[in-house]
Formats: sequence, C-alpha cells, structure tokens
Amino acid sequence: MDGAQTRKSFDEELQEMKQDILKMGSVVEEMLAGSVKALRDRDVALADEIIAKDDVVDEYNLTIEQHCLRLLALQQPMARDLRMIAAGLYIIKDVERMGDYALDIAKAAKKLAGMAPVKDLVKIPQMGRIVQRMLHDSLHAFVNHDVEAISEIAREDDEVDALYREVRDEMIALIEGDPKLALRAVELVLVARYLERIADHITNVGERIAYMETGQIRELH
Amino acid sequence: MVTGVPNSISVRDFNVWYGDLHALTNVSIEIPFRDITALIGPSGCGKSTFLRGINRMNDLIPSARSTGEIWIGDRNITAPGTDVVELRKDVGMVFQRPNPFPKSIFDNVAYGPRVHGTTDRSRLSAIVEGSLKRAAIWDEVKDVLHKSAFELSGGQQQRLCIARALAVEPQVMLMDEPASALDPISTLKIEELMHELKKDITIVIVTHNMQQAARVSSFTGFFLSGELIEFDESSVIFTRPHDKRTEDYVTGRFG
Amino acid sequence: MVKQRYIFALLGASTIFVVLPVIGVIYLLISRGLPALSWTFLTQPPTHMMKEGGILPAIVGTVYLTIGTAVFALPIGVLAAVYLSEYAKPGRFTRLIRLAIVNLAGVPSVVYGLFGLGLFVMLFRFGASILSGSLTLAILTLPVIITASEEALSAVPQSFREASLALGATKWQTTARVVLPNAISGIITGLILGVGRAAGETAPILFTVAAFYLRDLPRSIYDQAMALPYHLYVLSTQVPNAPPRIQWGTALVLLIIVLGMNLIAASVRTRFRRAKKW
Repeated sequence: MDGAQTRKSFDEELQEMKQDILKMGSVVEEMLAGSVKALRDRDVALADEIIAKDDVVDEYNLTIEQHCLRLLALQQPMARDLRMIAAGLYIIKDVERMGDYALDIAKAAKKLAGMAPVKDLVKIPQMGRIVQRMLHDSLHAFVNHDVEAISEIAREDDEVDALYREVRDEMIALIEGDPKLALRAVELVLVARYLERIADHITNVGERIAYMETGQIRELH
Repeated sequence: MVTGVPNSISVRDFNVWYGDLHALTNVSIEIPFRDITALIGPSGCGKSTFLRGINRMNDLIPSARSTGEIWIGDRNITAPGTDVVELRKDVGMVFQRPNPFPKSIFDNVAYGPRVHGTTDRSRLSAIVEGSLKRAAIWDEVKDVLHKSAFELSGGQQQRLCIARALAVEPQVMLMDEPASALDPISTLKIEELMHELKKDITIVIVTHNMQQAARVSSFTGFFLSGELIEFDESSVIFTRPHDKRTEDYVTGRFG
Repeated sequence: MVKQRYIFALLGASTIFVVLPVIGVIYLLISRGLPALSWTFLTQPPTHMMKEGGILPAIVGTVYLTIGTAVFALPIGVLAAVYLSEYAKPGRFTRLIRLAIVNLAGVPSVVYGLFGLGLFVMLFRFGASILSGSLTLAILTLPVIITASEEALSAVPQSFREASLALGATKWQTTARVVLPNAISGIITGLILGVGRAAGETAPILFTVAAFYLRDLPRSIYDQAMALPYHLYVLSTQVPNAPPRIQWGTALVLLIIVLGMNLIAASVRTRFRRAKKW
C-alpha cells in the first residue's frame, strides 16, 4: 500500500524532526561522556568545552519545539503521527534537562580539579558508563521504533539508583572520618546525584517512546 | 436478534445490494442514543448507504435490497410491515446540499407538521418558532418568515433544513455530509448546533472531513469497501486505532 | 476561417428558409383578411347564405370546443403523466404505455374523427355535439399534454422529493404538495400548446360536432356547434361565390387565435422560468 506518497512532505518533515532529536541526543551523549572524563582526568579545558555545548542543546530544544507546534497546527496529525509529535515535545524537555545536569557535572569537575583528590573515582565513572549506555539505547529505540530496548533501560536505572546510594554512603563515611574533606565529598555526592537524575530522565524518554509506539502509557519506574 | 438493545440503534448483519453490487456487507454496530456518532471512510465505502438504511430511504431505489436487522431501541424497523412514513417522522434526515422547498421560510418548516395533520395556525406558528430556535436561526429570520427560502445564504438554508427536520420532533437525526457544501463559519455553527441537539437527539453524521468527525463526535465508525472496519470512541480512533487500515486512513496515508 | 464563414452562411440561410413561410403566411392572411375584420364580422352570424355577415357562431363554437378539450384532456393527461413520472416502475407494462402514447400522437386526425364518430356520437349516443367533439379533440391532445407534463414533472429536482419523503410524507403528499406545484408552468404551457393545436383541427370535428350552419348559438353541450376550421372549409368549398374576403378573414381569425395561444404559452413559460430559482 503506497500511501506514503499521499503525505510525502509531511513524512519528510517528521523525519527531519526525528533527526533533530537524534542530533540533540548525540550532543548530550558527548556532554555526558566528556563531563565524567573531565572529572576523572581533572581536565579543565575539556570541562569548558562541555559547558559551551549546553547552548547547542538549548538551541535544539527551541527549534524542535517550534517545529512540532507548527506540525500540529498545519498538518492535523492523527493517531501515530500525533503520538510521535507529542512524544517528541516531551522527549526534548527531558534531553534538555539531561544537558543541564551534564553541564553541572562539568562545573563540578572544574571545581574539584583545583583541589586535591579525595579518592580514586570508581563508582562514579561506572555510573557514567551505564548512563551513557542507557542514553545511547534510548536514542536507538527512538529512531528504530524498538520497544524491546526500553525494558533494559528500566533495569539499568535500578543499577544506577543502587550505585548512587553506595556513593552517598561512602561519602558520608568519608566526611565523618575527616570533616575537612566535606566540600569535596559533597561535590562528589552531587555529581552522583546528577547522574542518577539523568538516568531518571532517560527512563522518562523510554516511557514516551513506548507510548509513541503502542498508544499505552506505562510507568517504567 | 430477538429484541433490540435499550438506548441504542442496534444493527445486526445488515447487508445492502444494488442489483448485483454488494454495497454493504454484514455490518453490525451499536450506536448510543443521545450522542453524536460519526461515520468516516473513503468515497464509495458504503457509509451513506448505511445511513440511508436507518430511515429506509434505500427503499426508494428500485434495485436496492437489504437483509439483516436494524432496531431503534425496542422497535425493529427492518421488519416487514413497518410503517415507513411513521419511521421517517421519528428519524429525520439532513442532506449534503441544502434542499429547502421553493416556498416561504415558514411554509418550509411547517411542511412536516402539516403533512402529518396539524392545521391549526397558532399551533403551526409555535412549532415553526420552536424549531427555528432549536436550529439557531430564529433571530436571523424571525422578521422575514414569509420570504422565499432561496433568499437565504447556503449556511442559513442548511440550518433551515435542520429546523424543518426538527419540526416533526424526531428522536434520531441522520446527517449526510451536512456541511460539505458550506463555508467554514457556517460549518462551525452547525457543529455547535449539533452539540446542543445531542442532549435530546441521537445524531449520526457521515462526513468526509476527519477533523470535523474528530471535533464533533463521541464515537466513530470507519467503513471501507462496504465493511465496518472499526467502531470505537473517537478519542481512540483518532489517537490509537486498533486496525492498521483505520490508522492508514486517519493519518492520510491511504494508498 | 473561410470554412467558418461558409457554415455561418449556410446556417443563416437555413434559418431564413424556415422563417420565410411563416412570414409569408402571416403576410398573406393579414393583407387579404384584414379588410374583412370589423366589429360586425366578429359579432354577427353569417347572413345571405354566408356570403355576408359575420362568423360569430364559429368563433363561439371554437371557444367552447377549446374549453371542452381542456376540461377533458388536462386532468387525464396530468394524472397519466404523474403516474408515469412518479409511480410507474420500469418494466414491460410501463414501456407498453409509453409506446401507446407515442402511437397516439401519430394517428392521423381524420382517423380520430372516425373514432369519435363511432364511440362518442354513436355508441355512447352523445350524437354530434360539443361533448363528442371535445372528447375527440381531448384524445388527440392527450399525447402533447402527457409529454409536456411528464417533462415538467421530471424537471423538478429529485432533492425536493427526497426532502419531503424524509420528513415522513407519503408519495402522494409529496407529489401533490411539492412536485406538481413546481411543474405547473410546464404543464400549463403544454396545455395551451396542445389546445391551441386542437383549435385548428378540422377532421376530428367533421363528424363529431361541426355544423354547416346553425341559426342559434349552442345552448348545451349536447348541441352541435359551428367551428372556425370547418367554417373555413365550408366557405371555401360549399358556398358558391363566397366572397374571398370573408374566407381570408375567417382564416385570419383562426390564425390569430392559434398564434395568440402559442404566444401566451411562450410568455407563461418565460415568466415562470424567470421566477424559478432552482
């Protein structure tokens, strides 16, 4: 059934929207990887690069939102198309917040780079790797309409939550042992928190993708 | 079916042939009373044929033949011996092109009651006024009731036709693309009207305009090649239909 | 381009050929018959063996026959047209009826005369009378009225019928209240044209009503009457030395009546057409 021809220009616009969301997600992926690396390697230059990238993400957020609204007004989308555009509007919100958190991690990295390290960072980079994978999988699911990948994300989110609690407990113990470490330890807890929040937002994205495909709203948390 | 379903128009295995052409195949549906149901589908899918089955207007076509049952509440209107004239008093119809009679506005609306035996002038005046008010056109015509109906604009003529149909106090109103020949403002006025009317009347509307169906109806049925493919709440049909054919149609990707 | 002009010339010439005879006849009748027209001519009966006087009885007879034809032909014709247009189901019987009507239109008028003689004058024993003459002329006029009425009825848009039926009206109510009133102009036009033709017929009235000479005007429908077409025939063949002036005058009066009726029909049609908004 070659119905695709009857709404060719609309289909092209939908494709464009999807590509833009993908690009936005890729930038955030870079920000995420870069900020954790900057923290671990105490790389101020890298942190600055990451901080600059946040403007790009904000720009994408605005243009994609405008594009979606225009499509809603002008194309009268129904069913699947409508769900996709609605999902798109929510997803860019979540991705934009992820970008903000990555920005915060980069700022923390700059701060900590000027101070003596508290300990070897193990769990935070581990969290970083998992969250990166989650983000990558969610973008893949979005582009390929793959609902199966979503359930992986829910499991990984639980992992990240567990790791966050471990980091927090570790830092609390550290502060109790030597109060002078408090400033640096608290920054690290915050970084772990940012990563945990990013993971939450990725789960939101997963829920939206599932809705886009099936029309059902299912809580993943 | 032994008996109808209360508070709905129940259709069971309804088939219509025009000569050898099988226009409607085994349509079964339950249309709830006092609400608006839209019938959508591409040209030639049978939705108008189905609509005309409800007030037995298909009987007027010599080659038409039908099987199956249609119940309105607890009355089987497809039973042989049904008084079709009485039925059409109870089930009104509004057509695609406004078709007022070449008479005055008053006489147009009074036509139905007169034909059914009302002759008292004051009673007729009351009915005419009431119907024109219900059709949201009273204020525009109350001073010119004696004028020819043809002096009205297209949108006004269609509301006049609605008033004319309302004058015989129907329980059901069938609308066959009532706004397709009208400008957007008139269309919206008629949609507003439908919202008001549905408080007492069951409305079934056939429309090509999907946005109109989405705006106006609580339930929607999708027809294709003489079959009813899907029937559900409009919010479902237009956001997450179950059948792929329905989705292809509502998203405009019909091959 | 040249070809176009040839064709225009050809069409123009044909039109002139068609119109010429009509103009010729009218001119002839007016120039020869006008001198005969006078108040006396129109209001006095013939005198002196029809060599002098007027043609009043013939005029009166023609008028009565015209009215009589209309009275019989209109109801039957319109009802037949209503049946054919609104009620008849397509099939063998209906085709047979239509065939009969077409054939009726083709019957030579003298055959009508004999038919009328046999049925109305003799069998029904109406005798030669206005009644017999009107009935005979009515049958002759039926095809015209039926055809014109049917056409007028089918010109009424189907949407009116649908709207009426959808309101719960019966077929007859729809026909009487919506269809017929809107077909009236076509029906009346057909009536006037048909009756105008009947007014000029000679053969059908020959045996059924026409009298050579009557002293008094007819007083009932059972009386015989004089009629213009027959009177013209009589003057031209049965009256020796009839003044040509009177013959032309009679012909002129007949022509005026028939043409007059056609013009009325045409104006009725035009006026109703302008008033029609659909």
